[in-house]
Amino acid sequence: MPETMHIGCGAGFAGDRFDAAIPVVATLRQRTGARFLIFETLAERTLAHAQRLRLDDPTRGYSPWLERYVEPILKEAFQSGIRIVSNFGAANPMAAGKLICEIARARGLDGLKVGVVEGDDLRATMSDDELLSHAIIDGLAPPTGSLVAANAYLGGRPIAEALDQGADVVVTGRCADPALVVGPAMHTFGWREGEDDRIATATLAGHLIECGAQVTGAYFADPGYKDVEDLARVGFPIAEITDDQGVTITKADATGGLVSVQTVKEQLLYEVHDPTAYLTPDVTMDITSARVTETSANRVAIEGVQGHPAPELLKATLSYEAGWLGEGEISYAGPNAYARAELAVNVLRERCALKGLNTPVRFDIIGAASVHDGDSAALRSAGSFAPDGDYRVRAAVTSAAKDTAQFIADEVLSLYCSGPAGGAGVRQSVTPRLSTASILVARDKCQARVTLLEPGA
Amino acid sequence: MTDDDLVTVPLHEVAHGRTGDKGNRLNVSLFPYIDAAFDMLAEQVSEARVLEAFAHRGASAVTRHDLPNLPGFNFVIDDVLEGGVNASLNLDGHGKSLSYYLLGLTVKVPRAFVPKRQG
Repeated sequence: MPETMHIGCGAGFAGDRFDAAIPVVATLRQRTGARFLIFETLAERTLAHAQRLRLDDPTRGYSPWLERYVEPILKEAFQSGIRIVSNFGAANPMAAGKLICEIARARGLDGLKVGVVEGDDLRATMSDDELLSHAIIDGLAPPTGSLVAANAYLGGRPIAEALDQGADVVVTGRCADPALVVGPAMHTFGWREGEDDRIATATLAGHLIECGAQVTGAYFADPGYKDVEDLARVGFPIAEITDDQGVTITKADATGGLVSVQTVKEQLLYEVHDPTAYLTPDVTMDITSARVTETSANRVAIEGVQGHPAPELLKATLSYEAGWLGEGEISYAGPNAYARAELAVNVLRERCALKGLNTPVRFDIIGAASVHDGDSAALRSAGSFAPDGDYRVRAAVTSAAKDTAQFIADEVLSLYCSGPAGGAGVRQSVTPRLSTASILVARDKCQARVTLLEPGA
Repeated sequence: MTDDDLVTVPLHEVAHGRTGDKGNRLNVSLFPYIDAAFDMLAEQVSEARVLEAFAHRGASAVTRHDLPNLPGFNFVIDDVLEGGVNASLNLDGHGKSLSYYLLGLTVKVPRAFVPKRQG
């Protein structure tokens, strides 16, 4: 019998369900062998938000939801030998590690060790000028003085090291999402860099579960076409990885949701561009030969994924301040609603012209055409819509000047008393924007390091 | 009417898929419900047709990666997110809804490629 490790996912993005990990832990407790629980809570811009929190308060800068994820399951996981791996350290993994020590101490979890992975923060090793001298491979170059954060994507090795040292909880900042699974697989099976097919196997499992319920029926359900039972209690995924490179995806027991060939295929290509070369710090994964087979209800096996050498350079994300987004919305419903909504758009357009605004403003009529449309409203212009209905006008502008963003929000509000008949339900927002750009950096610019914290010590 | 008769239907009747974003680039996966429909979809859902469908969003290039093993397709669409989640004025800066725009294209396929659904 091949040795099997079991690794579940408790969150697929910052703000994912806070109770999702509970059934995952309950299921993992029934399994034997190496068991892990990951939380993936760090989207591209999340880290920049966290960096701002750290600038305000040096003891913060980790995921603001860390406690909400950890509190419900820490005791059960620790007492059952389920080790937790997460990037919820965000901009301050050390502070996150100390917080988890405090939680462990308060709960009397004697002997719990926390491994903290640092080294992704490139502003510790490079000046902003040096960072900005790198070619931008995706996005726009940050304006001078706007940089908020610069972090490289670390791989699985430092996570494996922390586990090797005995960590029960591993906290990282920026790392490649699949590394949350690659690290535990390296630790469990002794897989090493350069064993490309093996690392690709773990990367595949990580890729499939790191978005949580997206592989178990969520972001999938389409009534009558792709039916999913009990989506309100959708079970989060568990990957089973064997030392002979088998991967099976399943989900927490006694939950809703679905693991099928279809759910796995959709997640297999999620955020993938060239399927022959999915790049991570640990491996180049080729999924073109993958075979996806349902072995029993809610159990799907994936075979045939290949690995090639990892890219020489590491990807890094630069986050920078990018002005303001101003938005306003107002509804028109009932007889002749579409004409009243169109009139509202025309009034707003003219108000912008009177103000001499030369920043492009986007107008949607939600209910006619919005998310599928372009900034020029080509779909709405070409379409015809029921005169009576329930329509919502939306105006949006982005600008370096907060005043401009505020202007559009104010103009929508003024439609209450100075616009077409029956305008209702105004909502406005003016929010600062963060933007990101990607660069490639030499591996020696980010020396990952592991610190082991012991609450008792 | 037999299963060989051709019907013109939205792609949504024949295939499923999802989108993912990276910056201003979108990928849309597409999988036929009936594996045998793969070749016909390859013929009808071409790069040129997808580029045209997303022209109103400013799409500048489409690359289709074929995965006959699954079987399925991966469309990579450049510049379709009007700046992406960082800069877009669209409510859907990630383009998460756009798989269902692709699934609105029509295709002409044998009836056998449209799964029977409870109704």
